[in-house]
Parts: sequence; structure tokens; C-alpha cells
Amino acid sequence: MVEHTLHSIGQFLPEIVIVSTLCVIIVADLFIKSERHTTGWIMLGGLLLAGYFTIMQIGRSEAVFYDMVAVDPFAVFFKSILILAGIFIVFFSMKSLELESYKPRIGEYYMLIAGMMLGMMMMVGSANLLLMFLALELTSICSYVLVGFTKSSLRSSESSMKYIIYGAVSSGIMLYGISLLIGVTSSTDIYTINEALIAGVEQTLILNISVLMIIVGLGFKIAIVPFHFWAPDVYEGAPVTIAALLAVASKIAAFGMIIRFFSVTFIDSAGVSASGVWTAIEGIHWDLLLGGMAALAMIVGNLTALRQDNIKRMLAYSSIAHAGYILMGLVILTSEGLTAIMIYLFIYLFMNLGAFYVAMLFLNKAGTESIEEYKGLGFRAPLAAIALTIFLVSLTGIPPTGGLIAKLYIFGAAISAGWIWLVVIAGITTVISLFYYIRVVRNMFFYKPDENAPEISFDLTSKLILFALLIPTLFLGIYFAPLLEIAKSSISIIGF
Amino acid sequence: MELHIFGIGILTWIVFIPIVGMIIVLLLPDKNRNAIRWTAAVATGIQVVLAGVIFAVFDRTKLGINDAESFQFVEKFSWITVEAVPWVGRIEISYFMGIDGLSVLMIILTSLISFIGVISSWNIEKMVKGYFALYLLLVTGMMGVFVALDFFLFFIFWEVMLLPMYFLIGLWGGPRREYAAIKFFLYTFVGGILMLLTMLALYFSVAYTDPATGQSVHTFNILHMMNPANYVDGGLLSGVDTTWRYVAWMALFINFAIKIPLFPFHTWLPDAHVEAPTPISVILAGVLLKLGTYGLLRINFPIFPDGTIYFMYFMAILGMISIIYGAFCAMAQDDFKKLIAYSSISHMGIVVLGIAALNTQGMVGGVLQMFNHGIITAVLFLAVGVLYDRTHKRGLNDFGGIANQMPKYTGLAMIGMFAALGLPGLNGFVSELFSFLGAFEAYKWITIISVTGIIITAGYILWTIQRVFLGKTPEKLTGLNDLTPREVLMFVPLIALIIFLGVYPSPAIKLMNSSLGYLVEFVTNGGF
Repeated sequence: MVEHTLHSIGQFLPEIVIVSTLCVIIVADLFIKSERHTTGWIMLGGLLLAGYFTIMQIGRSEAVFYDMVAVDPFAVFFKSILILAGIFIVFFSMKSLELESYKPRIGEYYMLIAGMMLGMMMMVGSANLLLMFLALELTSICSYVLVGFTKSSLRSSESSMKYIIYGAVSSGIMLYGISLLIGVTSSTDIYTINEALIAGVEQTLILNISVLMIIVGLGFKIAIVPFHFWAPDVYEGAPVTIAALLAVASKIAAFGMIIRFFSVTFIDSAGVSASGVWTAIEGIHWDLLLGGMAALAMIVGNLTALRQDNIKRMLAYSSIAHAGYILMGLVILTSEGLTAIMIYLFIYLFMNLGAFYVAMLFLNKAGTESIEEYKGLGFRAPLAAIALTIFLVSLTGIPPTGGLIAKLYIFGAAISAGWIWLVVIAGITTVISLFYYIRVVRNMFFYKPDENAPEISFDLTSKLILFALLIPTLFLGIYFAPLLEIAKSSISIIGF
Repeated sequence: MELHIFGIGILTWIVFIPIVGMIIVLLLPDKNRNAIRWTAAVATGIQVVLAGVIFAVFDRTKLGINDAESFQFVEKFSWITVEAVPWVGRIEISYFMGIDGLSVLMIILTSLISFIGVISSWNIEKMVKGYFALYLLLVTGMMGVFVALDFFLFFIFWEVMLLPMYFLIGLWGGPRREYAAIKFFLYTFVGGILMLLTMLALYFSVAYTDPATGQSVHTFNILHMMNPANYVDGGLLSGVDTTWRYVAWMALFINFAIKIPLFPFHTWLPDAHVEAPTPISVILAGVLLKLGTYGLLRINFPIFPDGTIYFMYFMAILGMISIIYGAFCAMAQDDFKKLIAYSSISHMGIVVLGIAALNTQGMVGGVLQMFNHGIITAVLFLAVGVLYDRTHKRGLNDFGGIANQMPKYTGLAMIGMFAALGLPGLNGFVSELFSFLGAFEAYKWITIISVTGIIITAGYILWTIQRVFLGKTPEKLTGLNDLTPREVLMFVPLIALIIFLGVYPSPAIKLMNSSLGYLVEFVTNGGF
């Protein structure tokens, strides 16, 4: 038993590093007040170290801590991209002017980010319903606080409040669902639940209700329609860095958890080659339900984004729409679909973080988040404006950018599984999305700046970060074979 | 036939030389405008030379179309190959280029028009660097579409043209450029999505057996998609004459019809033309529209012969409507550019009518008309541009008596006008004649009605000549300068081609005759 625990600890190093980083930040924050970036660098070091240990886990496939946590290629893939997102967010935070006025409390900020990173990494790794819920709550609670971090800003506090209320309700519903599921199957381990479900449970009504409730809770986390109402307000109110973190990292983590939960719990893995998908919980057309939610998210997200003027709000609706596209892969729940999701998330990381990053740069230098006021920025800050154009074009899905590849695989998976109507909706909404993305581009380039508006220049590190996001976005549009290989080899979830 | 320069195939050179030019342009300092212009001119000039080489060594007897062996200058490299895992079969996307009789004329046209477009862009003074960078990117996209034989590659090149075009219209265009730019973008993007979905459906329906390993490989290879034996059992697009195949045909057709543009998908064209700067109008009418008909011939016809035969009347009728409707609309215009835009719709209708006939005459006429129309409209738009540069007017009624003022210009422009009208002895006549002859064999009445479009065309062209070149010169328009040497330079090659191909069209016809004959046979036999 001790050996197992010791061995488990060895497999838990990335998370342990993050926890230690969290502690070090607290202590460092007590003693080093003067230098703003110290805690940020500590956080960065922690992330890099955690990233190293995560990469060391490549190829492992086992369950540790008495089947509570899975260390498998799937978890490693998600942990790696989460850490990557985390690294970018830390860099963003160092560059953010918004956070400048909260310099004395910046240690708290990084501490909360560390907490959130820990929660997210646990989310994608846990194989136990209770641990999943705990990880989810850890993530959520840290993010509630982070959203309200700029507390002298009214909007920030308001959005934090909204987020807590929505979040608490949905967590409650989800927990209720989980408890019902545990009650029906008398286990908290998703593999045991799977066995129980395949063996057959008697209370199918309760089972269906519990799964519905869990979907509600998870739907809230990924901001899928109709549980998306919090997202625009929260993104708009939160500091840009946190909005980016929520839109990218927390979404990636939630999808990682959902994939593991659904595909382990509800799939008849023995008969997976036949029509094994969703057979473990009959009674409701789950794929149709999820497909409907995906379609709604694409339609509502894209249509509402058309009318937004605040860029963060626009990106919030766009990320609702993207959650819809990603959900298409989950509807299919075949390996093709899941591979497509992983490809999508990886590319989404770069293009969406990039869009948020340029929005932050513009907020820093031009002092505005309003798309209307972006007029002429193409001439004042050509580099950033061209980069933003590429990110937005990628989000639309026009070659030669990564966004096309992401869409290509999701659409392809859906077509090969016969979900033609869903793909048609996805196609139509993609066209709609062109409108609001290109509007930003139009405002930046098609209007002359004011005569006396100064040119905007950025320092070298800002540019380097920009290129670090830009190059993968472009490169993945031209050569994506390595990503494909990685995604395909990472698809294996332990037990399959 | 293969041709390598420094170990790199000639098609790669001709497609990517503009990209090299673009990179150089981006590295040059803003102030150095002439260096930027010369870079663009040299890059496109090299393309013209390469196209000349291709013309010289192209083997006129080889068929191409669906036979990989008889394509010429083929370059094929594996681009993305992912080995099979239990669930996902082997994935293959290749960098596969080659030309046959169908594409060779288009390559010559593209290189020539691109080069002349650069000369005509010489007087653009606004953001020169950005302009030429985007221009060169656009040229790569166009050229790439004409040589790509892998559907994915084709799609990438197709969509790469969107953004440069959007900016070129939107930044350097006229007063309503924003509207025109987004309208162009939107229409083409809708088509692009339709093509994307069809491409994916085809991808999952087609798998060839790799002779080396015996594996079944999904592929984007267009030639493999033409072989009915490669369709997997139960694939969405497998079988013959199924509803899904018709749907797929229609989706692709709409995409290409938007580009052609065919009635009722044509409304973006007049807006785009009116607002675009002259060189971009030249590119748009000269090359971009041909991508639509080329796509029909390269993709719709051979991959979906069943759909093509099923919808041939439909195509012919749309062609007819475009001919008549475009001509009538042109008649009603006061704006010189709009007039040419609508005449383009009318003339591209002739192409569609010709190729929809599904016989060799119509097909040859159609493809030759693509080439000729590219040359003729380029001349017409250049002519408008010359007048607009001097007077900043485009209204037909604003002009008069230009012939006295600018005799050289009038002579050259009138040749273009008469070619558009279909005067025997100039190139437009030959290709229209062939198209209508072919169409008459297949559709008697549709052709008879369509031919009346020629009369209307004669009407609006002659009326335009009268209003612009003849009559009394308005007070304001006195003292216009005749063509500068640069302007003469951009007209001369085109005018020479107009006359040469009008008198002696066989060099052009010989290039494509065997390939197109084979394409007709291939389609009418249902793909065998």
C-alpha cells in the first residue's frame, strides 16, 4: 500500500510542482513586494517544470492513487496544452497594463492562477466522479476570484458576482446528478460505473435524469447554449488575461474532462466496434441531444456575436460558437470525432489566445476595447493589426491558417459519421461568423486614423509573444501532420 | 514531360515565384516604390517566360483529364501522410500538380494578365508595398488553382485568393469599396464552404488501394475521385445517379457558378468591378472568372459525369439566361465599368453554354472563349482605366469625341470593343462561333435564343463607341494626352493576341483539342 502511494506520487509530479509553486508564490509574495514580476517568473518556472514532468509521462498508461487519477496519453496531451496555455497567460499578465495598478496584490493573482492550473490538470486526469467534481470546483472557485481581481472596476466585480451565482447553481445541479448516478450504480469510479451500467440498472429514469443534470453542469462550464448566459458578461468584465484563460484553458480542461467522463462511462467498450456509442444509457437520444446543443451554440453564438461592439464580448460569443463546433466531435464520440476535438483544441489555443492577446495590446496602448474605436489601428500598429487579422481569419477557418484544419477535421468526422444536417448548420454559421470577424479587420484597415493619433509601437518581448502565437497558427495551416500524429496517439484513454 | 530548373519543377516555379516576389517586396523599405514595382514586374515577367517555355514544349497529343500518366510537368510529393491506426484509415494529402490541355491555356492567360496588371498598377501611389504584396499573393492563388490536382491543394489555393482580393478592393477601391469588398468576400466564402463540405464527402467516399502495401487509402487526389472503382461501398457519394451525388454536384456547381458568375449568382460582380481599381478589375475579369468554368471542367464534369449529364439542360439554360440578361443589363448602364461587368456575365454565359453542350466543338469553343474573353475584357478594363486616370469620370455620357483627342488610344480600344462584339477576324468571333455551333447540336432552341444575345451585344458596344469615341468633344475634355509608352506597352501584347487568334486560332486550339475531346468522351460515357 505504501509502495502504491509512493509510486503514485512519482506519477503525480506535475501537479505536485504546481502545488509547490503555489506555496512558493505565497511566501515570496510576503517578502518581495517591490518587484512586480517576481511572482510571475516563479509561476513561469513552476509551469515549465510541470511541463517537463508532464512530457516525461509520455507513453505511460496507468491508474494511480487507487484508480483515482489516470496517467494516460490522453491526460498527458491535455495537461501539456493546458500548461502551454498557462505559460502564455503568465506572459500576457506580465504585459498587461490593466493589472499594473494592482501591483501590490499581484502575488495573489498568480497564486490563484496556480490554483486554477492545478484544478484544470486534475480535471483532465481524474477517473473518479468525486475527484472530478473537486477539481472542477477548485478551478471554478479560483476563476470566480480572478474574474473579480480588478476590484476597483465595477464591471469586474459585477461579473464576478454573476459568475459565482451561475456557477454555484450549476455546480449544485451537477453534484445532485453525480450523487444520483452514484446512488444508481453504487460507485464513484467511472470504470466501475461503466461496468454497472453495461450490466444494466433498474432505475433507468433516475439514471437518465442524473446524466441530464451532469450535462447541465458541464454545459455551463463549456458555456454551451442554453447555459451560456454568464459567458459574455464575465468575459467583458474580467481582465483580458483572465478572459483569455477562461475562453481557452478552462474550456480545454472542461472538454478533456467531458470526453473522459462520457467515453469511459457511457460507452460499451466491449462492443465499441458495433454500435457501442451511447448504448450504456438508453432512453434518450443522447447524440441527438448533444447535436442539438451544438447546433444551438453555433447558431446563437454566431448570430449574437454579430451585434457586439466590445471585442471581449464578441470573442465570448465566438467562443460559445466554437464550443458548438467542438461539441460536434463529442456528438459522434468515435475516435475520429475525439481526434478532431483534440486537433481543434490545440489550434484553438493559439488562435484564440492570439486574438485576446492583441485585444490586450490594443487596450494597453490605444485604451479601447470597442471595435468601433479600432478604426485606423491598422495604420498605427500594422504588425499587431496584421496578426489580429490572421488570428480572426483563422477563427473563421480560411486557409492557409490552422483554423481551417481544425474545422476540416471536425467537419470531416461529422460527415463520415453521417451527421450531414449538423455539418450543414456548421457550414452556414461559419459563413455568418465571417461577418463579425471581418468587421474588426475592416475597421482596422479601411479607415484612416486621426491626424494626430500617434503610431503605436511595441517592445521586443511583446512582439516575440505575438510571433510565438502567430507562427503556429500559420504553420499548422500548411503542415499539420505532426499534430495529427500526436492527437491520434493521444487518443488512448486508459482502459480502452 | 518533365522540366526542372535547379532541381525544382517548373510548375512550382511558376506558382511560387510571386510568393518569392512578395517576400522581397515586404523586405524592401516603404519609400523605395520603384524597387517594389520592379520586383513585382520581374516576378510576373518570369512567370510569362515560364509560361512561354511551357507553351513551347507542351506535348499536344497527351490527353490528361483522368490519367495521371499523361499529365505533363507532374510534381507529386507526399505532403501529409498519417499511417493507419485501427480506427482511422491512412490519410493522404499530396502536393500534386500537373497540367493537361485543359489547364495549359489558362496558365498562359494567368501569367500574361498578371504581368499586364503589374504594368497597369504602376501609377498606384497609395501604400505601394501592401498593394504589390497582396497582388502577388493573389497571383499565386490563381496560378495554383490551375495546376493543382489534389483537391485539398486546389481548395487551399482557391481560398488563398479571398483575403488579398478583399483588401485590394477594400483598400484601393472606389467610394463604395467596403460594400463591394465584403459582398465579394461573402459570396465566394459561401461557395468555399460548399466546396469544403463536398470535398470532405468525396474524401470519405473515395479510397484507392495502395499497390505497394495493399492498404485502402482515403485520398484527396482528384484523379482518383474520377475513377468509379475507387468509391467505397456505402460511401455517401458512392454509386451512380444517387440523390447525394446530385446534391454534391449542385453544391460544387453553385460554388463555381458564383465565381463565373452565372445568373442568379452574379450580383457581386458589377459591384466588385465598379469599385475595384483598374488592375484588379483586369485580374478579376481576366482570370478570376475563368476559375469558375475551369473548376466545372476540372472537378464537376469528370468527377460527377452522371450529375453533369443529368443537369446539362439546367446548365445550358442558366448559360442562356446569363447571355441574354447580361447583355440587356449592359445595354442599360451609364457607367463604363458596369457595362463591361455585365458584358462579362454575358460572355461567360457563352462559355457555360458551350461546355454544357458536351461535345468537342462546344467544349473547345468554351475553353477558347475563356481565354479570349480574358484577353478582351482585360483590354476593355484597361481602356476604361486610361480614361478614368485622365478625367476621373466613368459615365458613358460624360465622354464624346475621344477619337479626335486620343487617336492611338481610340484605335487600340476600338479593336478590343470590336473583338467583344464578335467581329469576324478578331478572336472573340472564333470562340463564340465554336461555342454556338457545339451548342446548336445539343440544344436547338436554347442556342437560337442565346444567339440573339449577340445582336444585343452589338447594340450596346456600338452605342458605347458612339457615345465615347465619336461625336463632339465636351468643353471639359479637351487637351487629353494620348497614351504614354507604358500604357501602349500594356495594350500591345493583348491586341496582338486578339488579332492573331482571330486570324489563325489553331495554335490555341491544338493545345487543348485532344484533351477536351477526351474529356467529352469520358463524361458522356459516364466516367469510363
